[in-house]
Amino acid sequence: MVENKSKRIYKPIKYLRRNTPIYRRVTLLRVLQISALMILILLIIGAGSLLAGNVHIDFSHVLRYLAKALTGDFSITSQEELILFSVRLPRIIFAGIVGASLSIGGVIFQAILRNPLADPYVLGISGGSALGAIIGILLGASSFYLGVPLLAFVGALATVFLVFVVAGGTRGPLLDNSLLLSGVVVNAFFSAAILFFLSIVNSMELHSITFWLMGDLSRASTKEICLAAFCLIAGFVLLYAQARKLNLIVQGEDTALQLGVNVERTKQRLLIVTSLITAVAVSLAGIIGFVGIMVPHFMRLIFGSDHRLLLPVSVLFGASFLIVADTIARVVFAPAELPVGVITALCGAPYFIFLLKRKAR
Amino acid sequence: MSIISAENINFSYAEKLVMENISFAIDEAQIMAIIGPNGSGKTTLLKIINGTLFPDAGQMLIDGKGTSRWSRKDIAQKVAIVPQETAVIFPFCAEEIVLMGRFPHLSNYRFEDKKDYRIVHEAMEKTDTLTFAARSFDKLSAGERQRVLIARALAQEPKVLLLDESTVFLDLKHQAQFLALLRQLNTAQQLTVIFVTHDINLAAQHADRIILLYSGKIYAIGKPAEVITAANIKKVYDVDSLIDQNPQSGLPRLTLLT
Repeated sequence: MVENKSKRIYKPIKYLRRNTPIYRRVTLLRVLQISALMILILLIIGAGSLLAGNVHIDFSHVLRYLAKALTGDFSITSQEELILFSVRLPRIIFAGIVGASLSIGGVIFQAILRNPLADPYVLGISGGSALGAIIGILLGASSFYLGVPLLAFVGALATVFLVFVVAGGTRGPLLDNSLLLSGVVVNAFFSAAILFFLSIVNSMELHSITFWLMGDLSRASTKEICLAAFCLIAGFVLLYAQARKLNLIVQGEDTALQLGVNVERTKQRLLIVTSLITAVAVSLAGIIGFVGIMVPHFMRLIFGSDHRLLLPVSVLFGASFLIVADTIARVVFAPAELPVGVITALCGAPYFIFLLKRKAR
Repeated sequence: MSIISAENINFSYAEKLVMENISFAIDEAQIMAIIGPNGSGKTTLLKIINGTLFPDAGQMLIDGKGTSRWSRKDIAQKVAIVPQETAVIFPFCAEEIVLMGRFPHLSNYRFEDKKDYRIVHEAMEKTDTLTFAARSFDKLSAGERQRVLIARALAQEPKVLLLDESTVFLDLKHQAQFLALLRQLNTAQQLTVIFVTHDINLAAQHADRIILLYSGKIYAIGKPAEVITAANIKKVYDVDSLIDQNPQSGLPRLTLLT
């Protein structure tokens, strides 16, 4: 009896697995269609998030304010407008940008390392960035404009460099496994350093550091948001040109080489651009785990592995996902806020286990 | 002029010399077999021919131009290789894999058009892989995977086709089909074929000329009857064999004496 029951439960899952992903050719039209659909979803989620929050704002009011803004009148005359346009909207946009940047990081790192577990977090880029930020906070860099983000950015880039050197030098071929391993090692070292700093600072600084460590999307200024958006868009255009090459690199370096890809040069370019995008995002938003691993995987399950489709859908889904996560973080214990990293980890860890189990079978 | 020629090539892996003083020339539309014991440098030689490895000394020439002076994409338009195996980490279906063969003919932002899909369709038809075009590559059997990789190489529309043990996983029917296909491409489209194999009879039957490698050197090169002799086989493989003639083709036939 018990056996029968479990069989019946598993059947639909099996059925789903056998039939996905259904192969459809990746054409320009299809990429545009799916992207348009995802953009629509992103806009709906964004609008929903705009409505959600501690202060209730009536839907009709929101429409009226939006209509007013569309006519070119950006003056803020009420408290509701203030909340909508200078608190919620920038935060939503920023969440989208960070989610997209981390997802790009995941897609590209997973492809060039040929390892489905790679992402900016695992490779230590987030950790390095955090260490830079913490040192910045302790040295009092928060009193300078862009002080902490700048140090975080330096920390991220230094990590990329360090990971490279540990993995076998800046010259010569980059072995995928050694890069990932050295990322893990460097990350472990940084974690220890972060814990060390946490244990010696006073409680005021501790609070701001802890929030940073768990991801905080509320602090970025408009200028910083614009900076991150610029890096994301410019980076995406550059990376999209390499999308077909990524498909070949995933097949193995020998294969890519013989099919006409200059593998070393392509990999270096990809690493530089991707590191920049993720370093900017992490330095402004703090550490937000699991987005980079989860989003590309989930998209691959639905849309297949062709990077010409995978890259745009991951960007758009990553943006939507982090907006949802951040909205939940804002709303559940309002007026108190949860760090958004808590939400992504709470969704991410079980999903990760599901993936591993699925693979093992 | 020969389409492929090697001039006094030396090559070493981590200080160890694995290719020594290799010279040969292959004319257009020739079928060349490379045979030799394990570790004699067959696969390395293939990689040097298609320019994914560069010789330490000497030159590998394609159309009279050294491989290091070609761009990767230009070589890939001329020379295709069917590797022994490919590990696939992310799910791609068979047609997507074959479509990758079109890479050297396309620029960065361009998507494949009707012509590319037609070429891919033909390549898959010839290799009998259309029935599982939409199936995930990693779920296919070894023989099916090998045929998909052959289709990918054909989709590259190469002038020179390199095969690294490409028949080992094929059943008899598909072996025969594949060999007939090679013959046909060879005569109809002047395709040059260079294949590495452990099957000496396969080499003897289908190659115009054979290179016999022995610890990184060319031990013998020439027509099948000149290379496949009991003395050469004894020296290189250290086995006793009987070499007679295939009653139909008159080409040498090897039987192991054990």
